Amino acid sequence: MSEAILRTKGLTKRFGGLVAVSDVSLDLHVGEIHVVIGPNGAGKTTLTNLLSGDLPPTSGEVMFQGRDIAGCSSDHISRLGIGRSYQKTNIFLPFTVFENCRLAAQSRTPNAFRVFHQAGRYPEINRRAEEAMTAAGLDKRAGRIAATLSHGEQRQLEIAMCLATQPRVLLLDEPLAGMGPHESQSMVELIKRLTADHAIMLIEHDMDAVFALAHRLTVMVNGEVLESGTPDAVRSSPAVQLAYLGGEEILHE
Amino acid sequence: MSSRLARFLPWLAVGLLALFPLVESTFYMQLLTKVLIMAIFAMSLDLLVGYTGLVSFGHAAYFGLAGYALALMAPKYETVSLWWSLPAAVGVCALFALITGTLVLRTRGIYFIMVTLAFSQMLFFIFHDTKIGGGSDGIYIYAKPVMKMGDVELFSLEKLQNFYWLVLVLTALVYLLLHRVLGSTFGRALLGIKVNEHRMRALGFPVFRYQLASFTLAGALAGVAGYLAAAQYGFVNPEILSWHQSGAVLMMVILGGMGSLYGSVIGAFAFVLLQEGLSDQAWFGSWAKHWQLAMGIFIMLIALYLPQGLAGLLQKLGRKPAAEVADE
Repeated sequence: MSEAILRTKGLTKRFGGLVAVSDVSLDLHVGEIHVVIGPNGAGKTTLTNLLSGDLPPTSGEVMFQGRDIAGCSSDHISRLGIGRSYQKTNIFLPFTVFENCRLAAQSRTPNAFRVFHQAGRYPEINRRAEEAMTAAGLDKRAGRIAATLSHGEQRQLEIAMCLATQPRVLLLDEPLAGMGPHESQSMVELIKRLTADHAIMLIEHDMDAVFALAHRLTVMVNGEVLESGTPDAVRSSPAVQLAYLGGEEILHE
Repeated sequence: MSSRLARFLPWLAVGLLALFPLVESTFYMQLLTKVLIMAIFAMSLDLLVGYTGLVSFGHAAYFGLAGYALALMAPKYETVSLWWSLPAAVGVCALFALITGTLVLRTRGIYFIMVTLAFSQMLFFIFHDTKIGGGSDGIYIYAKPVMKMGDVELFSLEKLQNFYWLVLVLTALVYLLLHRVLGSTFGRALLGIKVNEHRMRALGFPVFRYQLASFTLAGALAGVAGYLAAAQYGFVNPEILSWHQSGAVLMMVILGGMGSLYGSVIGAFAFVLLQEGLSDQAWFGSWAKHWQLAMGIFIMLIALYLPQGLAGLLQKLGRKPAAEVADE
């Protein structure tokens, strides 16, 4: 297997007396989807925040392409090539779909601080924004104001903006949350298509999607990694069934 | 309002305003000069409030600082050259904004409002309680700055209409400058920060640097207005950087409509003219000295029924789609 592009070692986050993430070590590889599941409050979103720089870790390492990025600011981490989507839709509601993506693409342009060159006149930025919209299936919605999109489309836009920043690592926090079955299906297809060129960490509750996508599965409970391995290995782990599923055998279809 | 007409209107306004001195004399020309100076001031604040999402309640600090800079640079019995004193005053403001900006931009929301207020109050008391700027009496500026080429005076600013035209030209230039800046990638990033600062950071934008650049530019442009105001009145005193002044310019921006440059200009017109009108004894008799009461009610009505300000009202009347901010 290739060298991990992102690797955490002993990653820990304490909020006062509460240990939200405790000693988590995991690897992300390009071409692989690493799914993290766990009950509410298990620390999945906090883990994402530690990787994306939204929160600084209390201790532990986050190695990205061989260098420790733990504690770097989120804008710095984004520029390094780690993009994230949010569990709660986090877009520019008053802007058009195109402008949402254009801004995201603009963030990659070193001379974007130029004060007089008009924003529409960067063919390279516009092209990348359009590519991201097409990849996320939003090309027909380019002129729509983001606030008027359906919930599912807003989730797609969330991914499109992430893609427009051309990341190597994608951290997707419950991209299917609140989606109907049809929308979920197209989102699963989209994530599958992205796998080839990206290392993906996916947090998800929808078990059908989880087993359709996961190459590697990590189960978190109370901030700790309970089990990690191939989906089949995790599915048959008695510890997982007992702790996470309360003995119910949901994982056995 | 078609977009072609909308593009043409500001030029029409400038043209009409340029002709104004031909039909009117002293009083209204002075009033209009004051309005235009306030329009520059309001546009500079709108860059922060309406386009960067930073509500500053201490913007008079930069306005007043430029006024004091002019007063201190002008020799007592001689004239000072506009060519270097204006850039110098604006430069001082930009520098002060850069320094205060690095501190105040670490706070957000209500704290940002309070810290900007604190800095302007600090400056107020420095000029009020020390002899640097003549204490609470202030300093007189006996002569207007001069525009000389070699030894020849090109354009005497002692003449009211010349001063008026200079102010008009500078107002148009500030409008054009901000229009360009706001349409650039830099301007789009500022709007993004206003709408969703957190997401901008997650997209990789160094938000602080953008905000600091915006804060510095806003301070510098407020300096242009403050310089002109001091030159027009012929004196400065601490009132020029008091919080009343910061509040007044904030009200102009709100009145005109936050996030609209021409709205700020309209807001300045509305505020100054209302102030003059409501405090006119010939019209309102003994009520005139309570003009602030009527002004307060007016501002409240605008805030309640026209959250987009007077510019929003114009847009509604012209049935121009409201949400065209980011797409042109």
